[in-house]
Amino acid sequence: MLPGLAYFLLFHYGALVGNVIAFKEYVPFDGLWGSPWVGLGNFQRMFEDGEFWAAVLNTVWIAVLQLVFYFPVPLGLALLLHSLTRSSVRRFVQSVAYLPHFISWVIVVALFQQLLGDTGLLNSSLDGMGLHSVDIIGNPDAFKPLVVAQVIWKDAGWGTIIFLAALAQVDEQQYEAAAIDGAGPWRRFWHVTLPAIRPVVVLLLIMRLGDILSVGFEQMLLQRDAVGPEASEIIDTFVYYQGIVGGDYGFAAAAGLFKGVIGALLVYAANKVAHRLGEQGVYK
Amino acid sequence: MSAHARPGWMEKPKPLTQAAKALALVAVVLLVCVPFLVIVSTSLASTDEVVAGGGWVLWPTEPTLDAYRDILDGGIVTHALGVSAGVTIVGTLLSLACTVTLAYALSRPGVFGARPALLLILFTFLFPPGMIPGFLLVKELGLLDNYASLVLPVLVNVFNLVVLRGFFQGIPEELYEAARLDGAGDWRVLVSIVLPLSKAALAVVGLFYAVAYWNSWFYASLYLESDHWPLQQVLRTYVVAGSGLTDATTGEGTVTAPQTVQMAVLVIATVPILLVYPFLQKYFTKGVLTGAIKS
Repeated sequence: MLPGLAYFLLFHYGALVGNVIAFKEYVPFDGLWGSPWVGLGNFQRMFEDGEFWAAVLNTVWIAVLQLVFYFPVPLGLALLLHSLTRSSVRRFVQSVAYLPHFISWVIVVALFQQLLGDTGLLNSSLDGMGLHSVDIIGNPDAFKPLVVAQVIWKDAGWGTIIFLAALAQVDEQQYEAAAIDGAGPWRRFWHVTLPAIRPVVVLLLIMRLGDILSVGFEQMLLQRDAVGPEASEIIDTFVYYQGIVGGDYGFAAAAGLFKGVIGALLVYAANKVAHRLGEQGVYK
Repeated sequence: MSAHARPGWMEKPKPLTQAAKALALVAVVLLVCVPFLVIVSTSLASTDEVVAGGGWVLWPTEPTLDAYRDILDGGIVTHALGVSAGVTIVGTLLSLACTVTLAYALSRPGVFGARPALLLILFTFLFPPGMIPGFLLVKELGLLDNYASLVLPVLVNVFNLVVLRGFFQGIPEELYEAARLDGAGDWRVLVSIVLPLSKAALAVVGLFYAVAYWNSWFYASLYLESDHWPLQQVLRTYVVAGSGLTDATTGEGTVTAPQTVQMAVLVIATVPILLVYPFLQKYFTKGVLTGAIKS
């Protein structure tokens, strides 16, 4: 038990204490503790920084796009899989669909470059058919749809797992009873299936809203060079470039702390809302 | 339940519905498989064929392993492969050991301080410490350019911990009591009762750790010098960012690696995942995880 607990104390609580750097100006020679205090100076600079707000806006905008375009996909896919009566087909498609979740972001981004880039599969095919090529990779205007498409490819299959679990819990007799009462497939879906998965859907929606300041850090970092910061800078990459790359640790830590505090408050609020709606929250 | 289990009350679906469903399923399978097929094919093709094909090949006419020979001939990629394998194996074992002991302690009633410890741990899930403090901590600990920096900061994953704890709690209390009556101590109970009963959960958690270590690149980019990089970070630099592949691999100056070589690296980085995937997958359908996710 001790090594595991020591890990949490050192790398989580130890690092948590390190957030004091957000209230200091980091001087490499003086280190974390010797650097001079600047009070809320870093936060003030941050609130006046246009690039910071652009990153916040990008983050929220990408999260909203994912909520609208990604979120329904695993649900639809789960309903499709659940409706299959042949379990061998279902298991096969499930296995294939879960796979991309375990592929690293480096490989996913490389795959998308290979398929959709200037000389990729899509554009070579379009060329071959005498059609105009489409500019997707490295095009800031196409970046946000691209990012959502990548998330769908990588995680939509894996996302079905929780919906399928909820669907599997429905008592078969409920369907049978409804069918005997004359309910067709649509009415059965509406009155049996939907109520069964509603708690899970509400819970996941609320969790996502609480987590709205986090969108794939690795995914954005990998593609930021190719499309530029205007389209791809999110809060996490802002922290990375200001702090790790720029060496402005205090300022970057302030931005990170801002995200951490607001994020925790949002999760807390989302959980309250869930309980208010009579649903189970993430925690009690 | 037989493979063909349409209950008597369910009406036969219309042909149109069936066709639409089949189409959707085929689309899903193709969307996942075609990208992998393209990179494998391209990695096996000759450079000439790749150029003729405009940068990609769907089916190589004369498959060759030249690209693989190039990168496995010593040099950056070979070294990176060793680093990745080493970090994955050592990291997974350490993580499993720490997670199992902690989860066991937190799962038993009456362990002193278990409740506050659990809250302390769950709080880190709600409020992660942040990238900059984490980086400065590793720096202050003197772990820069040390492989430990890839393992120690991510030693125990809260999700995996909760999964294992849930699983341990599901073991019937009578078994614990019986072992106690036989005079077994905590360690003996863990080793001879709990672990053998938890094989499935241990396999899932272990494979989750292994996949995470294998796929990780960001910490390597933060903490390690480039000659110590694991495979994913090498892949990122040479394929995603398109930097030149130097010295040891080609023996020449900085040149962008041929497409076939890039694809071969991509394949090598993916293959271990494909190899462990069937084992991992076996447990998903068994529902080991779904129970845990819900709790």
